[in-house]
Amino acid sequence: MFSIDTWKEILKTIQKNKLRTFLTGFTVALGIFIYVTLYGMGNGLNNTFMKFFGDDATNIFRIYPSQTTIPFGGYKAKRQIEFKNEDLDDIAKEFAPLLEYITPQIRRGAFVTYKEKSDNYTTRAIAPGMQFAEKTIMMKGRYINAKDIRDRTKYAVIGRMVEKDLFQGKESLGEYIDIGGSAFKVVGVFQDDGGDNEERYIYLPFTTRQLIEGNNDKIGQVTLAFNEAIGYSGAMKFQRNLNEFIRKKKVISPNDPRGIYIENVADNLKQNQQFASVLKIIISGIAFAVIISGILGISNIMVFVVKERTKEIGIRKAMGATPKIIISTILLESIFITAIFGFIGMVLGIMTLNSIQGKVLEDDYFITNPSINSGTAIFVTILLVICGALAAYVPAKRAARIKPIVALRDE
Amino acid sequence: MIEIKDLHKSYKMGSNSLHVLKGINFSVEEGELVAIMGSSGSGKSTLLNILGMLDELDEGSYTLDNVPIKDLNETKAAQYRNKFLGFIFQSFNLINYKSALENVALPLYYQRVGRKERQEKALKYLEQVGLKEWATHLPSELSGGQKQRVAIARAMAAEPKVLLADEPTGALDSTTSYEVMDLIQKINDAGNTILVVTHEEDIAQMCKRIVHLKDGVIVEDKKVKQVRASEYV
Ligand SMILES: Nc1ncnc2c1ncn2[C@@H]1O[C@H](COP(=O)(O)OP(=O)(O)O)[C@@H](O)[C@H]1O
Ligand SMILES: [Mg+2]
Repeated sequence: MFSIDTWKEILKTIQKNKLRTFLTGFTVALGIFIYVTLYGMGNGLNNTFMKFFGDDATNIFRIYPSQTTIPFGGYKAKRQIEFKNEDLDDIAKEFAPLLEYITPQIRRGAFVTYKEKSDNYTTRAIAPGMQFAEKTIMMKGRYINAKDIRDRTKYAVIGRMVEKDLFQGKESLGEYIDIGGSAFKVVGVFQDDGGDNEERYIYLPFTTRQLIEGNNDKIGQVTLAFNEAIGYSGAMKFQRNLNEFIRKKKVISPNDPRGIYIENVADNLKQNQQFASVLKIIISGIAFAVIISGILGISNIMVFVVKERTKEIGIRKAMGATPKIIISTILLESIFITAIFGFIGMVLGIMTLNSIQGKVLEDDYFITNPSINSGTAIFVTILLVICGALAAYVPAKRAARIKPIVALRDE
Repeated sequence: MIEIKDLHKSYKMGSNSLHVLKGINFSVEEGELVAIMGSSGSGKSTLLNILGMLDELDEGSYTLDNVPIKDLNETKAAQYRNKFLGFIFQSFNLINYKSALENVALPLYYQRVGRKERQEKALKYLEQVGLKEWATHLPSELSGGQKQRVAIARAMAAEPKVLLADEPTGALDSTTSYEVMDLIQKINDAGNTILVVTHEEDIAQMCKRIVHLKDGVIVEDKKVKQVRASEYV
């Protein structure tokens, strides 16, 4: 069945029927191509979501203070809520068993100078816990530590891009930089998977920032991490309790949409993952429909092919071709064509995915690294080949059963 | 070689049934050249198709080379056709995208003859019908007579016990017809058994025996003195 002769015979038939081969092949290649690219795009969308939400820890809340909108407890509306050091301590005390760490964040823009080089950067005055919340990776030196907070040291941890721009490849550790008029010693350089912009921050001890700003005790925003063991529902409950606690403490109406806002990263992530996976299912569905229509296309063509060849089949039968030979030749022909063109479609699809990667796609269409793993691509191609063979089997079987005398009469 | 007893065949068309062969008894010895004659619609092709196992008989028995041909499935029938029979059709029935040589080699392919031997044999038979130079040509590049000669070479290639020709000259002019008959006579001279269906008297006279069909039965079966086709070419 798989002799060289059989293949020669099949190749010959394919060669002599170029249009038919092309039509079948085109259908298959197009089907696989569309499937691969669509699937890749779906993955790209998913990647974008993962990238947006994947570079920070997920077991954290960010608490943002803002202006109230409802008069409450003797206070007028439009009161600016501000967190102070004692708020931080109270939260830590109240929720001690659930907390992993808690850190303030005071953001300030600053003009930063090192020798002749200078530029504007955002500084984040923080406590050591921030390193975990932002998944900051130290390249060299160290992060801000508890001693820095206690002693209000003038130490700074700078991002990779800050070092690159200000130090121009020279060693930054131990050097002094001027941040908004105060000299800070660089004690560490970090990188961050969140991208270049995340690497343009400068981290300072929050107590030092407070000292510079007139020895106040204001803290901007609070970030806290909870013990992951409490799970998703535990986190939701914690969020409710935390909200209640702060509103009571800061005298904010429970009905005020503003005043404070708690961002629950885990919940965001979950919702976005759900959205992404629904999108992916829809795209996979469309892609699957494409494959199905590809299979229908092949069956149509195969019915046509077999019909067109009825007389030839009659001649072959008169010359001694058994039904088995007839069926296997038609099947092998179909498999051969679908396999070759399926492979071509697959390769073109993968090449297209590779070539359309880039900033535009990422920024305008939220598609990052559109790709399909080769296992999936090969599986779908093989699936189509098998379905193509099944589609060919039915008409092939019918042709093999038709009496030679009837087949010979066919014009 | 061929033995047929009380053969019946009818075609069913809806509720009607057309009784075409109504009890045929006839046998053919090895080396004979038999013409089957009769007017159009008398059942000549039907008889030949049954002999060729391209169609099935309804009643009666058929023995070919001492093998009873009965209740064959398609696979067995194909194998018997391949082993016992060579076909020559009025409309040639060559595969149009295959060269003359490839067409001739086709029955050998189904006999599982190796590629090289197949080529050699096919070429040998093409040479016998005088078309060695045309081996690589497609049927569309050949004249009617040449096509029929390719078909004859193809029928010969498998070295069958019996050659069955259904109006082999039906589509050809008289000169070409005689050339083809000349070839058939030479093949017969070499000892091959051949049955030729025809409704042309001159073609029938070039055989050694004439069987006359009428209304589904044999009305006449006689030996004749063979007219050599070479006298006319
Ligand atoms: N497949 C068929 N179905 C129905 N009728 C047929 C079929 N083949 C032949 N016939 C009929 O059987 C009769 C004999 O046909 P055929 O054997 O081809 O005659 P001949 O070859 O002598 O001209 C004709 O009347 C023809 O119409
Ligand atoms: Mg006829």
